[in-house]
Amino acid sequence: MAKKKNKKIKKISKSKEKVSAREKMIGQHIGYRYDVNLLPDYKKVTPFLKKYIEQMGWDDLNWLEDVHMGYEEGRPAVFCRNANGWVTIPKKIKLPDSQQDRDMIARELLIKFQMSPNHPLVDLKKAYKKF
Amino acid sequence: MANLKNSKSQSMGLHKEVLTGRTQQVFFNPEEAENFFYYGAYDVDFNKRTEIDAKDLTAKKLNDKLHSLMKEGYGSVVVKNPQGKHSLGVGILNKLNLIFEGSLGYFGVGSIDGPVVRITGRVGWSCAENMMAGKVVIEKNAGSCFGAAIRGGDLICKGSVGARTGIDMKGGTIIVGGDAGAFTGFMMQRGRIIILGDAGINLGDSMYDGTIFIGGKIKSFGSDAIKSKITSDDISWLKRKLKVAEIGAGFDFSKMTKVVAGKKLWNYDALEPSEKKGAI
Repeated sequence: MAKKKNKKIKKISKSKEKVSAREKMIGQHIGYRYDVNLLPDYKKVTPFLKKYIEQMGWDDLNWLEDVHMGYEEGRPAVFCRNANGWVTIPKKIKLPDSQQDRDMIARELLIKFQMSPNHPLVDLKKAYKKF
Repeated sequence: MANLKNSKSQSMGLHKEVLTGRTQQVFFNPEEAENFFYYGAYDVDFNKRTEIDAKDLTAKKLNDKLHSLMKEGYGSVVVKNPQGKHSLGVGILNKLNLIFEGSLGYFGVGSIDGPVVRITGRVGWSCAENMMAGKVVIEKNAGSCFGAAIRGGDLICKGSVGARTGIDMKGGTIIVGGDAGAFTGFMMQRGRIIILGDAGINLGDSMYDGTIFIGGKIKSFGSDAIKSKITSDDISWLKRKLKVAEIGAGFDFSKMTKVVAGKKLWNYDALEPSEKKGAI
């Protein structure tokens, strides 16, 4: 019995070493932090998002179909492709349990972040804008 | 705050690993004022319409003209006689209703973020390359690398498309009313491709993630592309998306094949040593 237990421990520690070594080598983890293939539930579109779609002249969520609530350092976050970083959701925002509802909140917050004059790219645009 | 670990989606693609290395954390202020447009975007009105004749204009001059029209508040622009010129309508980071009456050459409407574009003719290589958001509709056929590396938005070709459609795509939806060439979805990382007709050889070759829906026959699957079960959520999404694309009315979705990544290529530890041996 004792021998079998030892063998199990050895196997687990070996595979863990492999994963961490690989991640260390490439400097990032492999995989996504949310279900990238999850299709949006259009019944849950918020009034803010409806207004955004109307303003842009689109028929649906368009690029926001690919936006989901993920997590960063154990906290809910949404990935901003323009800033290439995770935008952490403030603690005071209470999140629903449903991933679909969370995704809608993530989409709404991401638009507010990207369109904000405080967005990190605004300074870059001021400095390097060509036209 | 609700417990993330217990209630997040359990579907494929979700992982618990902590990201290390190249990452940055940006804290968000939810008190931002309601604003739907990028900083510095032009305030355009869809009802303000104008026309440009591109016959005697170079690509650069036409693209500059489009920007000056947006600056003047024009929200609907019709470009006549594009004559298959390359790189027309690129880099538009604004809402705009843009219509090309004719065909475009290579790299048409590339790197756009927001506009709704309609092209009444055909398009050459790499149409809507690196598209971020918006909607592009091509009434006829498209060349190779259609929607190369797109990250978001709806890219629609009512006719057939060439090889390597959606190569390296990282988001968005590509919809094709006709057939697609070889290596469709080559190295795609996420996003969705819908082909109502047939697909050529090596469909979804080396795809990392994402979904491909095929309405017709598939000549052959590429490396690590596998069939998956089509769900009721998929069908309702497909119906809605094809309505947006103005094609496929009355299409029988039960005949569709769903193709996803087998995720064998995710196992880098097992693959790379053999690759290294080959290289040495």
